[in-house]
Amino acid sequence: MTVIQKKSDNPIAHLSKQQIEELGNELDAIRQEIIDSRGASDAAYIRKVIKTQRYLEMSSRGVLLFSVFPPAWVLGTLGLSVSKILENMEIGHNILHGQWDWMRDPKIHSSTWEWDNVTPSEAWKHSHNEVHHTFTNIVGKDNDLGYGIMRVDEDQKWHPFYIAQPAWNFINACFFQYGIAAYDLELGKNLTRPKDKRPEDFDEQVKAVLTKIRKHMTRDYVIHPVLSIPTGSFLPTIGANLVANWARNMWSHSVIMCGHFPEGVETFEKEMLDDDETRGDWYLRQMLGSANISGSKAMHIMTGNLSHQIEHHLFPDLPSNRYAEAAVKVKELFAKYDLNYHEASLPAQVYSAWHKVVRLSLPNGWLETTTIKNAPQQLGVLAKMVTGNRRTRRLLQRHLDSKAAKVTRTERDAVVKAA
Amino acid sequence: MSSTLQRPGRIRDRAIRLVEAATTPLLPADYLDLFAPLRPGAELRGRIVEVHPETADAATIVIRPGADWAGHVPGQYTRVGIDVDGVRHFRAYSLTHGPRKDGNISITVKAVADGVVSRHLVHDRPVGSIVHLEQASGEFVLPERAPGETTKFLMVTAGSGVTPVIGMLRNLFPVADSGVVRLERSADYDIVVVHVAPSEPDSIFLDDLKALDAAGMIRLIARYDDVHGVLDVNDIKSLVPDLAERTTLACGPSGLLDALSEHHEKHGLDLVVEQFRVARVEPGEGGTLRFEKRDRELVVDGATTILDAAEDAGLLMRSGCRMGLCQGCLVPMTEGTVRDLRNGQLTTAIPGESGTVKVQTCINTAAGPCHFDH
Repeated sequence: MTVIQKKSDNPIAHLSKQQIEELGNELDAIRQEIIDSRGASDAAYIRKVIKTQRYLEMSSRGVLLFSVFPPAWVLGTLGLSVSKILENMEIGHNILHGQWDWMRDPKIHSSTWEWDNVTPSEAWKHSHNEVHHTFTNIVGKDNDLGYGIMRVDEDQKWHPFYIAQPAWNFINACFFQYGIAAYDLELGKNLTRPKDKRPEDFDEQVKAVLTKIRKHMTRDYVIHPVLSIPTGSFLPTIGANLVANWARNMWSHSVIMCGHFPEGVETFEKEMLDDDETRGDWYLRQMLGSANISGSKAMHIMTGNLSHQIEHHLFPDLPSNRYAEAAVKVKELFAKYDLNYHEASLPAQVYSAWHKVVRLSLPNGWLETTTIKNAPQQLGVLAKMVTGNRRTRRLLQRHLDSKAAKVTRTERDAVVKAA
Repeated sequence: MSSTLQRPGRIRDRAIRLVEAATTPLLPADYLDLFAPLRPGAELRGRIVEVHPETADAATIVIRPGADWAGHVPGQYTRVGIDVDGVRHFRAYSLTHGPRKDGNISITVKAVADGVVSRHLVHDRPVGSIVHLEQASGEFVLPERAPGETTKFLMVTAGSGVTPVIGMLRNLFPVADSGVVRLERSADYDIVVVHVAPSEPDSIFLDDLKALDAAGMIRLIARYDDVHGVLDVNDIKSLVPDLAERTTLACGPSGLLDALSEHHEKHGLDLVVEQFRVARVEPGEGGTLRFEKRDRELVVDGATTILDAAEDAGLLMRSGCRMGLCQGCLVPMTEGTVRDLRNGQLTTAIPGESGTVKVQTCINTAAGPCHFDH
């Protein structure tokens, strides 16, 4: 992946300004159609999901009171994991997007909802709804792109730090909710700054996160385990909560990686976001900067319908249960305007996203120029780049680039010859 | 307060905090609501148990209120919140029964042409639905009287303005299967009802009024526009010769009420009114609405209320009667000017001078840029 403006085969070069405007109008029409038909069945849907999640949570926590018995532990942990995933994905994420504000139910409203995630709703709405959804996949603007700790684009300069990014990524997945909290607070940036250079409300925000962490820890690792003491289930209940939180973290991390990281999803340059980005341009950026996951209805619900990431990015505030219906029409538009609708199964997208994380942990061109035969030699180059100074890195990078260009040329010639 | 009195409260508070710690980020109530939405301590709600047609386009909705319903005085109204097509709407309705033995309450609703809520209640008959309630309120009740004192009233009702009056009459003269019950406490009442409607079939509660008239409890004077022509308030004197001895209670559209007010003021007569439909003045220029807490800014034309504009933009607003009566929609305005759509009156908030002013969003619109602490 390279930022779209630098690509030799720019996938939007064939679209005129007028076509992009028409595309925008057609997408607006799809959006309006759904808004006009929102109604009782949609309201019933979200209430049913919330009700199901609450019953599931209560019964799972009930079963875990006896978690000293292995079948109870397995059942309770599974139920609690599913409940936590539903709560974060299909319920929390989507309510906080304002997808259900139209119902005017103060209990299911973006301004009142609080979720089972250590990032307070208020803070998350800013970093996610405003920053990520507005500046989707713009290198340097969208913090979701690599969360500030990873190299997710060729155009990000390679640094030895990135060699360990597959490990960072895995650790981030395990503790994902804390990772989100840290990057919402921009901890990395703010902690290295002098105090007076930090945002005014920084201390307050940190305190809000710590309060939530304390409350959630108390709930999962004190209150419910203590309630399980009568059956001797104190430790198994702690274990169950740990596993459920871990499972929820891994799952949400995977789904979110699939949304923007798979190979072939486009990224954009800061400069592209000029003042005259039209609604059509914005739509186009969302269309190319997102990837969908195909699968069963249950899978869609468990991903919070972020499996319809493209539709979600086009219409972030429409009810999630309507994305499947929008997808049919959106797909037709992709075909009509000759754009690539990026969709694959969950395993394929997870693999693709991880592949990119591993590939970009290495300097540009390294993987392409490495064969089994020259592997020892290439590893030597890599070791020098990791340990060497900036000058060494620059020189070796130049060497890799020219080698990679040669490989590409040879491949092309081979194709021509075969033809 | 002694420590022995404090202790149970403290233990209870601690117990509540402990349960809250187990349910965070939700509240224990969020789980209890799944099983018992009408329990004591819950937000006030009710369940519709019966929808009973009154005319072709009006029905009485019988509601089982939640345990914390505090009762009401005949003539009062309640705010009812109900989901129609998935969207919650609040409306104020008069309670049409006095306090009932079975503890249920009822409202009577006439389906109006563009009435989202009234059409839903009357035509869809949502029996079993949960509705959101507020405690009864309203000043339009029978005036207090000394025991033994004969009380003479004239009740002037027009259209669905009959509903609070029906609430009062049903309380005074309950109707059983055997007919109207004569209560001792009601013996001293001398009531004349002048009921105005476009035509006879359009009249809700006409049968109730006729039955009370037949039983000699009230004197009914029904006036239909298509038969008698539109009522002129100056004719009331000839319809009710002892008008001067009576206190008039009137409920109906503003045109009628304004005429009655003028008439009664001129003749020095007592009058209690309740307005049921809002008359609006010509729209002004409109302006912008800035909701500080929500960090949102909206543009509103001079004919749309602040409440409608904010709700259409997806903001969560408190609302009630939507006609300027119940104060259920008050929002603090820190700066700006709003215009009352009923009479064009301007209300202004100037920081450091007037300070924050609470404005009714259901009958006001912006007259220039307005800032709200909401």
